[in-house]
Amino acid sequence: MEQLKKKFHLGKTNREKIFTFGIVLLFFAVIEILRGTGNLSNLLKGQLVPICAYVVMALSLNLTVGILGELSLGHAGFVSVGAFTGIVTATLLKPVVPQTWLVLLISIVAGGLTAGIIGFLIGIPVLRLRGDYLAIVTLAFGEIVKSLITNLYIGVDAKGLHFSFINDNLNLLEGGKKIIAGPMGASGFPKISTFLAGILLILFVLYFLYRLLGSKMGRAIKAMRDNSIAAEAVGIHLTRFKLTAFTMSAFIAGMAGTLFALNFASLSATKFNVDMSILLLVFVVLGGLGNLRGSIIAAGVLTVLPEMLRSLRDYRMLAYSIVLIAIMLLTNNQRLMQWWTQTKKDAKKWFAKIRKAKDGGEA
Amino acid sequence: MKKTIAVVLAVVMMLVGVVACTSGNQPATTNTSSAIKIGATGPLTGGAAIYGQACANAAVIAVEEINALGGLQFELKYEDDVHDVEKAANAYNALKDWGAQITLGSVTSDPAKVTSALCYEDGIFFLTPSASAATVTEGKDNVFQMCFIDPTQGIAGANYIKDKNLGTKVAVIYKNDEDYSTYIYQNFAAEAEKIGLNIVSTTTFTADSQNDFSVQLGDAQAAGADLIFLPMYYEPASLILAQANQMGIDITFFGVDGMDGILEMNGFDKSLAEGVILMTAFDANASDENTKSFVKKYQEKYGEIPNQFAADAYDCVYAIYQACVNGNVTADMTAQQINEIMKQQFTSMTFNGLTGQNMTWGTDGRVSKDAIAVVIKNGAYASMD
Repeated sequence: MEQLKKKFHLGKTNREKIFTFGIVLLFFAVIEILRGTGNLSNLLKGQLVPICAYVVMALSLNLTVGILGELSLGHAGFVSVGAFTGIVTATLLKPVVPQTWLVLLISIVAGGLTAGIIGFLIGIPVLRLRGDYLAIVTLAFGEIVKSLITNLYIGVDAKGLHFSFINDNLNLLEGGKKIIAGPMGASGFPKISTFLAGILLILFVLYFLYRLLGSKMGRAIKAMRDNSIAAEAVGIHLTRFKLTAFTMSAFIAGMAGTLFALNFASLSATKFNVDMSILLLVFVVLGGLGNLRGSIIAAGVLTVLPEMLRSLRDYRMLAYSIVLIAIMLLTNNQRLMQWWTQTKKDAKKWFAKIRKAKDGGEA
Repeated sequence: MKKTIAVVLAVVMMLVGVVACTSGNQPATTNTSSAIKIGATGPLTGGAAIYGQACANAAVIAVEEINALGGLQFELKYEDDVHDVEKAANAYNALKDWGAQITLGSVTSDPAKVTSALCYEDGIFFLTPSASAATVTEGKDNVFQMCFIDPTQGIAGANYIKDKNLGTKVAVIYKNDEDYSTYIYQNFAAEAEKIGLNIVSTTTFTADSQNDFSVQLGDAQAAGADLIFLPMYYEPASLILAQANQMGIDITFFGVDGMDGILEMNGFDKSLAEGVILMTAFDANASDENTKSFVKKYQEKYGEIPNQFAADAYDCVYAIYQACVNGNVTADMTAQQINEIMKQQFTSMTFNGLTGQNMTWGTDGRVSKDAIAVVIKNGAYASMD
């Protein structure tokens, strides 16, 4: 075992990483086995892509809130930008590109890039603010995005793309197609997101974030979070690193948005409201700030949980809230944690004793 | 510590996954019981719950009546979609796990756009009582509507105001982040321009700003409007009526079918709605036997007067019943077999229900029936004539 560890350079952090990747792969394997044997319920099958999308959103918000240490209450705004960019891209590419996976890939990248650019532009003024002020501004940003997209009309016809704002002045030619129709949202776009694509996106984002955390930039970002004055004193350019991290976070959120959107046949901007931003924050806080694996698990569990409670009918959301409060309290209960660590210690001692007794017996 | 939390949560997740998989372990299309399974999604909780519950309540009554006749038996299940597209997809999948063979679709438009697409993919027949957006039926040959589509309402509203000479200077307040409201407004405005109806004030609000309408009402007042058109659901409308009353604005208010339900709203002073005109396909005070019996049953069971949503849902179940009887549908058929029969029946049959006589459906899934305008008098709907 020791030799193996040495051979593969498995430090503690590496084992953590492998464990996290393992959880994602195990989830994928379990689902695929269930699907193969025909035991996968339609309810769970329908939720696979949203679960993946929420996991990626939670990871992206964790970069801002947990790793960068800035509270963002408007993350759904970036998701929304990504979602609608992805919808437009996919609608345009679908008739031209025959490979569905390529359409999905390009749409996801396009959604991420647009959200990243918006994140960069928003970041320039916003990241000069700190703490509560930043939270309020991001809250406003989320609302602005919702409002803008709700009033946006985009259509395509033989002449190309048409845009219009507030009033529907697209004047499409015969055979034209409205892609986004203001408050009616987008509908009739290709439904091409797959579970496999979702899992690959999670793995990519995980790899990306772990690489970032281990890099010089990652260390600088964490140093900045822990003590910005000390970080600045050793020569870390605060605004530059903040802006980079924020842009990357927006980029990942945008990709998740596209994945999410292309799973439904219809979507309107009101879906990406404050509730969604708060939900993402709940995933991150529940999973632990800065803890990527925690975000993945929390996002997965909290997405599936309300649907599992369907049998409770009208008491569903009540039960969901109670479970949420219970998890929050239990995971933060000192006494419970002490009891758990003590039990683990005791168990270790007990095993050691048994092994000793065994060794003694053999000798 | 974080590690332990993660491990605990991982175990929970796996358990949840296992529960999810075992509980839904049921073949989706074959039905062994003798009743045809009808599934539906609607907002049973949340902001739009009054619509979902009205539909669910009325559908239950219709199914009970049909089952009491003997012969063809129905089994009904409503799943909550909280008026959200994501939850609607989940609710639909839960119904599929249950083995739904026919669906009453979704109650509200946004969820219906998603569930109708899924029904089209899966080949399950879809008849919505009240999802009125035009995109719900577009391009799907097995998706049908019992209500009017939104554009029809806007056009009919403008013509009605013009023909009956209800007002010459019209003000419009609409909700510009909601498709229902915006779509009716756009068609109303276009038609008004065509027929020469004068719109003097157009103001908007959103879901976040629907607590105060003094600006919008002030604008209408300043423009000298003598009629205010309110293409919206009843909650904001109730507030507009209350504020107009406080501001001393005493002119005609004209609503659409979303206004229906205002009289049953908790804590709403019915005297505020006196004289409000609204367009609806259902009149709870109608004197025909079927309406009387339905209203009586609904009142006995749920303690309130049914609204148009309820009547549409009731009609939906009976329309499906009629199509099933004529098409010799049996409970052991698959959803896809039933789908083919229903498509053929719906485009060829004529249906008489609470919300209209001689209703027919086109291949585009849209219903053709007449809208009637009613006026609120003494806390109840009265005929305009």
